[in-house]
Amino acid sequence: MTTTRDWLLSDRPASRRQAKLGQSYRTWLDFRTNALAFLGLLIVVALVLMAIFAPWLAPHDPLVGDLNHTRLLPPLTEGYWLGTDDQGRDILSRLIYGSRITLAVVALVAVIATPVGLLVGTTAGYFGGWVDTVLMRITDIVLAFPKLILALAFVAALGPGIENAIIAISITAWPPYARLARAETLTIRNSDFIAATKLQGASSLRIIWKHIVPLCMSSVIIRVTLDMAGIILTAAGLGFLGLGAQPPQPEWGAMIAGGRNFLVDYWWVAAMPGMAIFIVSLGFNLLGDGLRDVLDPKRQK
Amino acid sequence: MLKIENLEVSFDNGETVVNAVRGVSFDVKQGESYGIVGESGSGKSTVLRAICGMAPTTGGRILLDGKPLPDPRTPDFYRRVQMVFQDPYASLHPRHTIDSVLSEPLSIQRFDRRDQRIAQALDDVGLGQGFRFRYPHQLSGGQRQRVAVARALILEPQIILLDEPTSALDASIQAEVLNLLERLRSERGLTYVMVSHDLAVISHMCERLLVMEQGLAVEELTRADLRARRARTDYTTKLLKASAGYTATE
Repeated sequence: MTTTRDWLLSDRPASRRQAKLGQSYRTWLDFRTNALAFLGLLIVVALVLMAIFAPWLAPHDPLVGDLNHTRLLPPLTEGYWLGTDDQGRDILSRLIYGSRITLAVVALVAVIATPVGLLVGTTAGYFGGWVDTVLMRITDIVLAFPKLILALAFVAALGPGIENAIIAISITAWPPYARLARAETLTIRNSDFIAATKLQGASSLRIIWKHIVPLCMSSVIIRVTLDMAGIILTAAGLGFLGLGAQPPQPEWGAMIAGGRNFLVDYWWVAAMPGMAIFIVSLGFNLLGDGLRDVLDPKRQK
Repeated sequence: MLKIENLEVSFDNGETVVNAVRGVSFDVKQGESYGIVGESGSGKSTVLRAICGMAPTTGGRILLDGKPLPDPRTPDFYRRVQMVFQDPYASLHPRHTIDSVLSEPLSIQRFDRRDQRIAQALDDVGLGQGFRFRYPHQLSGGQRQRVAVARALILEPQIILLDEPTSALDASIQAEVLNLLERLRSERGLTYVMVSHDLAVISHMCERLLVMEQGLAVEELTRADLRARRARTDYTTKLLKASAGYTATE
């Protein structure tokens, strides 16, 4: 009997699509055996779903609270399971809406920084010589900027706001990817399959894009996933300092900052968003570790 | 057809200059299979790379049909000259299916009827359609080398440069691949330039051969010379003796 599983795992795929799907399915089977990585994936998927369905999931308005009746209710109060803050807003609802901001930061930084890093790294590694020297010195210069301080300076110059925080984080996030991509490129640029492609008359652009980038991709994806936690923390740090998301936006870092003034008496106001940051960072780290196990090109099967 | 005149190749890494090839000349006729033998580091593979424009040529000329080759090589050159590499485990991209390995040269050189050509190439090297959408890690060494041969053949070149095409394979597979290469040559009238350190392989495949030592051409022999062990220089005599000793204990 032929099932979908057999079709996917076939030794003799009959089309491009089947070969590709089969390869992905094998990676998935490999990934599923790692329980912790799977937990990480669940956390990240939960974050994404929470962000998408925030208006339906949140029990209360995240921005406007009832100052007369619901101020600083402790957790596990009926209807306000994670408590409320000093303005009477439900913390659970704010966390759910805040996931949108967190996810936007993470996704935008990944979308901006990853291609830049890949492009710079593969180009430098492939061409070598003065191209390499110029590009890598620029990378070194950017790498010398302390992340949070540059972000602070940037936000101070352009004005506070989550968009500027994203741009600032992206500017400091790409150099590690460029270095990683360059190192990978150096190990493959002299291999026979690149020489064979050159012998077919392929242009440099084609070789970089179709042959080198796919091989650098997995290590860069792993690195980006592992960096997600750091990016979330930086964004939260900026929010905490009042330079990221602006009130009344329910950004997690800003929420911690809001609860800091009465940490001893009303601990949950700061602790709940702290927990959220902790769990999501942990989720990305676990996912990154799991991806490293299944995607690492050096782990030949 | 292919003429090498006084070829010199040197690698300059800033501090030391390595003269890998120091004045090598030979001449390959159409339809001929020409061998280059020598021990490791004698510069034999570098000669092949220099023909393809992948090694820094510092002197001499390489002529194809009497015309010096342009540098860098033109797409037209790649259509006429292709190469098969030594290590089948390193010469195929690990993330590309056989299908994309074979369709890429066709799309670079803008060939038509790509589907048929790929199917034909797989049949020609004795692999068949079942292998088309596999990844290299699903193939054995011999099968990979067949794919590499198919990739070289798919552009319908006239000259194929073979860089120790069988040295990474075990003995039975070696014979299979050599027979495949022989058959393809007689069917298509291909011209081979084959590099090997294995005299038995060379005497099986090539009509004439060049012996190289430390970047220098020592002497040119015919297959008859090789089989009769008629060597004019000491080095070749030593090489013949060494390979005989090896065969005796095999």
